Amino acid sequence: MLQINNLYKVFHIGEINEKVALQNVNLLLEPGEFVTIIGGNGAGKSTLLNCIAGVHLPEKGTITLDGDEITNFPDYRRAGAICRIFQDPMIGTAASLTVEENLALALRRGQRRRLNRAITRSERDLFRQKLAVLELGLEERLSTPVQLLSGGQRQALALLMATLVRPKLALLDEHTASLDPKTALRVLHLTRTLFENERITTLMITHNMEQALDLGRRLIMLHEGSVILDVNDLEREELTVPKLVDLFHAASGEQLHNDRLLLH
Amino acid sequence: MNLMLLWSTLILGLLYGLLVLGVFLTFRILNYADLSVDGSLPLGAALTATLIFNGMNPFLATLLAIPLGALAGLITGILHTRFSITPLLSGILTMIGLYSINLRIMGRPNVPLLRHDTIFDLLSTYTGLTLRLSQTVIAVAVIILTVIGLYFFLNTELGQALRGTGDNEVMLRSLGVNTDRMKIMGLALSNGLVALSGALIAQYQGFADINMGIGMIIIGLASVIIGEVALGVKSILGRLCAVVAGSILYRLAIALVLRISFIEYTDLKLFTALLVTIALISPEISKKFRPAPNLALLEQKTGAAERAGN
Repeated sequence: MLQINNLYKVFHIGEINEKVALQNVNLLLEPGEFVTIIGGNGAGKSTLLNCIAGVHLPEKGTITLDGDEITNFPDYRRAGAICRIFQDPMIGTAASLTVEENLALALRRGQRRRLNRAITRSERDLFRQKLAVLELGLEERLSTPVQLLSGGQRQALALLMATLVRPKLALLDEHTASLDPKTALRVLHLTRTLFENERITTLMITHNMEQALDLGRRLIMLHEGSVILDVNDLEREELTVPKLVDLFHAASGEQLHNDRLLLH
Repeated sequence: MNLMLLWSTLILGLLYGLLVLGVFLTFRILNYADLSVDGSLPLGAALTATLIFNGMNPFLATLLAIPLGALAGLITGILHTRFSITPLLSGILTMIGLYSINLRIMGRPNVPLLRHDTIFDLLSTYTGLTLRLSQTVIAVAVIILTVIGLYFFLNTELGQALRGTGDNEVMLRSLGVNTDRMKIMGLALSNGLVALSGALIAQYQGFADINMGIGMIIIGLASVIIGEVALGVKSILGRLCAVVAGSILYRLAIALVLRISFIEYTDLKLFTALLVTIALISPEISKKFRPAPNLALLEQKTGAAERAGN
């Protein structure tokens, strides 16, 4: 499905603040696999997702999706196959556009935009039907500008938009981190329904270890730009948060000093 | 103010309305302050006036201004997207370059059209309408067609992608939209309209002048803001109509100010700058004068909103 070979990403090459963000990352994802990614700040989690999405182009290595090498495609050219959810709910939706306009944009993900009508009547029915799944009453607010919705509502809408056209691969970057705990739980529940249960191949970054153990079947830990832990299925069932912390120590040879990672 | 003056103010407001619609496209839809309009308005005027002066059919000469203006927008767009020059600077570069190009096109700083038939003259010859009436008919028709055209365009897939690009570029790219191309398209469309505006204004006033573009961006912004504040509508069609109304209101304000005895024509730029400044800071000022919120009511409302939101 997704195959990453020997990936390197370096920022500020040749400058005093040169930083190797990813080094020798290898990763193979099976179709339908739901993988959670954890790691401290600066471990390279977001860089990895951004390289897969095409926001950053890597210095070395290849990224292959479904047999096509996409390593150097610009982001908008891979968008037909890859959907993204961002940490900031404001990035996942366009504020001044209405709920239905946002959905219509998402319905044409990866397609060439033409001079056809932006939203047809049958699409509007489809939107109502899909929005009802969110149980937020948004199906009655199709022509409400998204800026009038709450952060949680906007993130739920972004999740729906991402799955409106089934993606080959979904990239979720700490998409619950900026929501209050109650809303985060709802969004997490939606993540399960819309991605995991639909068997969409997904990479999800989280800072929350319990979340990381709870969702999906495979867990990856990044440290200083490398994969230091990759556990799936059976091994994972026996993992607990304390064990995970111990594994981190063993693998990285360092004390886990990131408060955020420990506290959750 | 007498009726004739009011009438000509209205016509001028409508002709500048095309400029304002162009500025609306970039400033409000694309969120891009495009200064190239100071060059593309006289570009349209220069081309059309020179062609008419040399005997071309005025309708054809007017239409040719649109692609040339679009080309100017295209250049601004490429400077910004391909070479990462800031929006402001790419507009200024195009604007400065166009000054020389406009002089080249005209061959002199001013091309008079007094002894040549303009589209307004032609229409009144064909139909027997008075010149004033044919000016009105053309101005109204062009504005209505443009507003309707833009309304439909902004509700196509392409138009929606353009609006999305101005709102949230990161998201649009993640949905597979080449936002660079959208910006170039929006700038080309905008400057095409602005050049058409220049072409019509030159024929209306009977000459094209190298300096007629100075301050066009500010006039455009002033009209956009005045229209939005005066009409306060939210829908796309409403906003398009509002900015045209803004253009007319701006011309009225200018006409009124000029009637004040100590104000000279040369003071107009200062007046426009003040007008835009006031319009831009008015939301801040009105905030200060708003009555204190009813806290109990507010709590009730946010409580309800939270329940609905969760």
